[in-house]
Amino acid sequence: MKVLVTVKEVAAVEDDFEISGTEIGSTYLDYDLNEWDDYAVEEGVQLAEAGDDVEVVAVTIGPERSEETIRMALAKGADRAVRVWDDAIEDVELLDVETKAQLLGAVVEEEDPDLVLSGVQANDDSFGATGVALAEELGFQWAAVVNDLDTETVLDEGVASVRRELEGGVEELTDVQLPAVLTIQTGINEPRYASLRGIRQAQSKEIAPKSLDDLGLDAGVVESSLDVTAMYEPETESDAEYIEGDAGEQAGQLADVLRDKGVVGE
Amino acid sequence: MTVLAVADHRRGALRDVSFELLTAGRELADAAGTDLHAAVVSGDTESFADDLNREGVDHVHAVEHGEEFNHDVYVQAVEALAEDLDAEFVLVPNSVNGLDYAPAVATRTGRTYVSDAIDLAHNDTLEVTREMYGSKVETTVEVADGPYVVSIRGAEWPAAEGVGDAEVSTFDVDVDEDAVGSTVNGFEEVGGGDVDIADANFLVSIGRGIEEEENLELIEALAETTGATLSSSRPIVDNGWLPKNRQVGQSGKQVTPDVYLAIGISGAVQHVAGMKGADTIIAINTDPNAPIYDIADYGIVGDLFDVVPALIEEFGGEPPSV
Ligand SMILES: Cc1cc2nc3c(=O)[nH]c(=O)nc-3n(C[C@H](O)[C@H](O)[C@H](O)COP(=O)(O)OP(=O)(O)OC[C@H]3O[C@@H](n4cnc5c(N)ncnc54)[C@H](O)[C@@H]3O)c2cc1C
Ligand SMILES: Nc1ncnc2c1ncn2[C@@H]1O[C@H](COP(=O)(O)O)[C@@H](O)[C@H]1O
Repeated sequence: MKVLVTVKEVAAVEDDFEISGTEIGSTYLDYDLNEWDDYAVEEGVQLAEAGDDVEVVAVTIGPERSEETIRMALAKGADRAVRVWDDAIEDVELLDVETKAQLLGAVVEEEDPDLVLSGVQANDDSFGATGVALAEELGFQWAAVVNDLDTETVLDEGVASVRRELEGGVEELTDVQLPAVLTIQTGINEPRYASLRGIRQAQSKEIAPKSLDDLGLDAGVVESSLDVTAMYEPETESDAEYIEGDAGEQAGQLADVLRDKGVVGE
Repeated sequence: MTVLAVADHRRGALRDVSFELLTAGRELADAAGTDLHAAVVSGDTESFADDLNREGVDHVHAVEHGEEFNHDVYVQAVEALAEDLDAEFVLVPNSVNGLDYAPAVATRTGRTYVSDAIDLAHNDTLEVTREMYGSKVETTVEVADGPYVVSIRGAEWPAAEGVGDAEVSTFDVDVDEDAVGSTVNGFEEVGGGDVDIADANFLVSIGRGIEEEENLELIEALAETTGATLSSSRPIVDNGWLPKNRQVGQSGKQVTPDVYLAIGISGAVQHVAGMKGADTIIAINTDPNAPIYDIADYGIVGDLFDVVPALIEEFGGEPPSV
């Protein structure tokens, strides 16, 4: 069995940052493996540990810098990785979902996995859509927002028995035929920390670069239909009363507020 | 050219966001000078269609097929409707079920997909306002080519009200059952247990700012000293540090206490969905730009590891050393 995990290096902005034009300068950004993808990698690695002969391949669309993040997925147990990048991609400010699905789709077609695991959403541009679009692009089945996957049936019967986490503490129990894409929700497992041994081993694992040419795609694929015309800090809707002072003073005033509201006694 | 808004329902009831969708759809239809069509797929379509007939809706389409949401059925139904109505804009809620079918509709019908809109405008092209980087920034995105599928964030538009004079009709879709590759076997309620945080009048709620499981002791001491009930944001439950029944938010509990004290919680939209109804919201956070302050009544910009011990002492307790 082959499991492909899509992983994205995401950027988080620091507490203090500046916007220039429609971008945030990289000095204000911290890069990391997308939280949801960390859970997806773990789910893939757990399948590999439970089954015989399960290969886990991590795939990303990202610049060279993202190799550091991909190495984390390898250190946690993915067998090898594919990194899609191209000058033509570099020029695009915000890749739309369709483009990402086509790029990842080309890799899936080459790799021919039984199962693709992606995250529910990428924490930076938060489309929450790439996994399902990818499934449709490929003619795979899918399930979105999965917080439980039955290991045995997926390994032995070619069916993903999943729970989809709906709103308000309700879960939907669904069976999905393979091949399928599942978008993985946080909390589905406990992502491991990379061990020192894992980190060492990851150094010698393959990260195969793929250009559009390698994937048999032409530059037209990456023409994004999204044009970011403005980026700004949201106007604060806050009418909060700020409690100033050092921690002791703040605590004192907060205590008064709580007493005043009648939720804590003297 | 029309606007098609596809309602969300679950277990016998339309979800609130369906009516917000009608408001967003009406605005867009006005901007584009066209009609607003609403659609409901599966379930008690007759009563749902009646309910969707609110002011501003021109036409309601009911697609009868089974009871509950199935994404394969939805994709086929919405594809057929969008084509039949020549819908330039398909609007859906950015709900968990929206996430499960809207991107597929876009891919299948060759439409551009934009998710989680908080505002929409239409001049010559569609302009979508959406957030990035965990709500730290807003962006305006011009979307070049129609037709479009757009998902909208809940609680951003007011619900459509009143009774409209829409034409209500059924729309038949020949669902290709062979193409239905997923089966919904049932539902389960999770997060029960001994405590119901929805009953509490004072919640002390902790988020990822606590950093380590061991540090939770500090917040437990605060809850104990003040007689508050302990709740949390999602990552704390994901990490297994607190049970699911303590989680506030979209996929956890909705709470409406007198006081909600959010400590080390950024205020992500899915969290806020669960606690914005609290009477008084107080936030303690090191980041003065954290979105939680948008809905807070009182803000303390500071380090929880300094403020919380001091607060425990204010009430005569002894802070544990963490
Ligand atoms: C489909 C879906 C459903 C979801 N459902 C839920 C849900 O039900 N409930 C929920 O909560 N989330 C939910 N989420 C997750 C949500 O998007 C956020 O990821 C989550 O709410 C973030 O939790 P947080 O605020 O604790 O963590 P973060 O966003 O990481 O924020 C931590 C905060 O702590 C502050 N901080 C750090 N150190 C300190 C310190 N020493 N003192 C004071 N402050 C400090 C930081 O400035 C930051 O603001 C859902 C997501 C999805 C996609
Ligand atoms: N550039 C990318 N490279 C690899 N995977 C991606 C990329 N963008 C999105 N994904 C995958 O799709 C999921 C959802 O992303 P999004 O639809 O952008 O919110 C992520 O959790 C990833 O698993």
